[in-house]
Amino acid sequence: MKPTRTIALTLLVLAVYVLHQDFWNWTKAEPLVFGFLPVGLAYHAGYSVLAAVTMAVLVKFAWPKHLEDVKPEAGARKESEEEA
Amino acid sequence: MIPVIVILVYLAIIAFIGSAAFRKGKSNTEDFFLANRAVGSTVFFLSIFATNMTAFAILGSSGQAYRQGIGIYGLMASSSGLVIPLTIFLIGTRLWAVGKKFGHQTQVAFFRDRWECDTIGTIIFALSALMLVPYMIISIMGGGTVLAHISDVQGTSAPLIPYWLGCAVVAVVVTLGVFLGGMRGTVWVNILQTTLFLCFGAIAVIVISQHLPGGFSEYISKLAADPKTSFLVTREKMPERFFWSYTLIPLSSIMFPHMAIMCFSARKVTAFKRTVVIYPIAILLIWLPCVFLGVLGFATLGKVADPDGILLLMLEKYAPVWLAGILGAGIISAVMGSDAHQVLALSTMFTKDIYQHYGGRERFGERAAVHFARAFIVGVTVIAYIIALELKDKQGIFEIAVRYAFSGFAAMAPVMVAALFWQRSTKWGALAATLFVAACLIWFAVLQNTHKPGDIIWQLGQGKEAIKVLFLNPRGDVSFWNGFMTVVPMVFGSALCMIVGSLFTRPPGPATIEKYFPANKLSAANA
Repeated sequence: MKPTRTIALTLLVLAVYVLHQDFWNWTKAEPLVFGFLPVGLAYHAGYSVLAAVTMAVLVKFAWPKHLEDVKPEAGARKESEEEA
Repeated sequence: MIPVIVILVYLAIIAFIGSAAFRKGKSNTEDFFLANRAVGSTVFFLSIFATNMTAFAILGSSGQAYRQGIGIYGLMASSSGLVIPLTIFLIGTRLWAVGKKFGHQTQVAFFRDRWECDTIGTIIFALSALMLVPYMIISIMGGGTVLAHISDVQGTSAPLIPYWLGCAVVAVVVTLGVFLGGMRGTVWVNILQTTLFLCFGAIAVIVISQHLPGGFSEYISKLAADPKTSFLVTREKMPERFFWSYTLIPLSSIMFPHMAIMCFSARKVTAFKRTVVIYPIAILLIWLPCVFLGVLGFATLGKVADPDGILLLMLEKYAPVWLAGILGAGIISAVMGSDAHQVLALSTMFTKDIYQHYGGRERFGERAAVHFARAFIVGVTVIAYIIALELKDKQGIFEIAVRYAFSGFAAMAPVMVAALFWQRSTKWGALAATLFVAACLIWFAVLQNTHKPGDIIWQLGQGKEAIKVLFLNPRGDVSFWNGFMTVVPMVFGSALCMIVGSLFTRPPGPATIEKYFPANKLSAANA
């Protein structure tokens, strides 16, 4: 992976991590999102969606593709065959 | 009576699936413990999620939301939604690769080989097993609590299935499933379980909203308007340092032996792709309704004797009887899904890391290893059951887990990161980190038992400027530097021990380094 991409993705993860500490919602209950969800709870529900999007970005741009070719080494394969 | 029948039918289905897996299984440990490393993508997600969702996620979350308010969601769920998939993505995939390539079936086997040392593996094994047992106990306690509540139709103190019997039923069904089906039976059961408890939250909210007099909005507004209850819909009573500290707790997930073993069981590494993306949404689907209903429970039911049972009380009051049974089965699913993985993981560790490692396989053969594993499963469940009965009414489900298992496993994460990514790491660094974690756990347990909540043990300065360096918070948890949780010094201290211990000692031999870090590549799996 290119260094610039590594830096950009690391910064993305750090930014998402920092956004978890939403001090600006700390003492607020309102507005009630959808009429019943306190804003602090709605924010963190949205945060969960953001986490999913972040993981999708990582899978797309930082997936360890080289792991897909891993094969058992001779010793490991032999042990498994012996057991069976 | 109807909810009890529904749950008993569900338990019978679980036992049946276990026996079906038994008929398909082979008599070797790789098949029994890892389902022959052949778990496909969808089942892998359903199973790894079930592994992590415990009584803690459903009963603990709603119980804590009842006590502390909506902050519980941000405290545990949303941070887990980021940190757990991230660790599965970065660490889980690499663990899968070293397992696939070198045949490792447990974390301990990997550590032993990576650092050319038996002893470090045995010490990490002992610490992991000691920290895993409490986690297993809360699962059984959760099961007993659910069955007692569901069967207490009259709201009396004498339910049809008392707590002790509920714990026994859960323990027996889980043991039977794991005993017969091993990993294959466990992941098959997880398909049903995860589907059930993923649907649980949405159904519970919809049903309760229809039967609740007035709307959600009315109750939440009342809570917000009353100064005595407004803390439930804000985080005004939740210290920011405490809230931040909690973001380190999900590091524990990948260090739980049952999570690592699940990572070894995937057929292809691509199974991790879907899992890490869907994981945060799945957490949202379970935790958001549970936390919301926990807060709503305070508004609608007022003070209750056992806040961990608030969700069940809500269901009893605002859901049709038969539906309460199905929803109860959903909760039981969460309880049993994780419990089964914990039992299996303990059994895998004992069999592979102790029994086989110290010559049991050579002496008694491969078949005997599976018999040994099954005997161990029964023994450990009986012990966990007895402790679950002893701990009833002494500590909340949530607190036991956090104090003794989560912080300790989170603090072991630097050891795994070093093993996978840092060539220069050594067994002495790992030993220093492991002993540091063990010493912290003992020290904090002593402090908690020798001081009262609110006691200040070490303070710098006086008056408003004073810094409480070491103290017990009002809940009785050891805390640092005006409110950080113990997990903070434990994680950073463990990382420091790993770094310093490694830098001052000799690294593993060139053959091992080449094995795990082939030239010019970061991971063993790059080869």
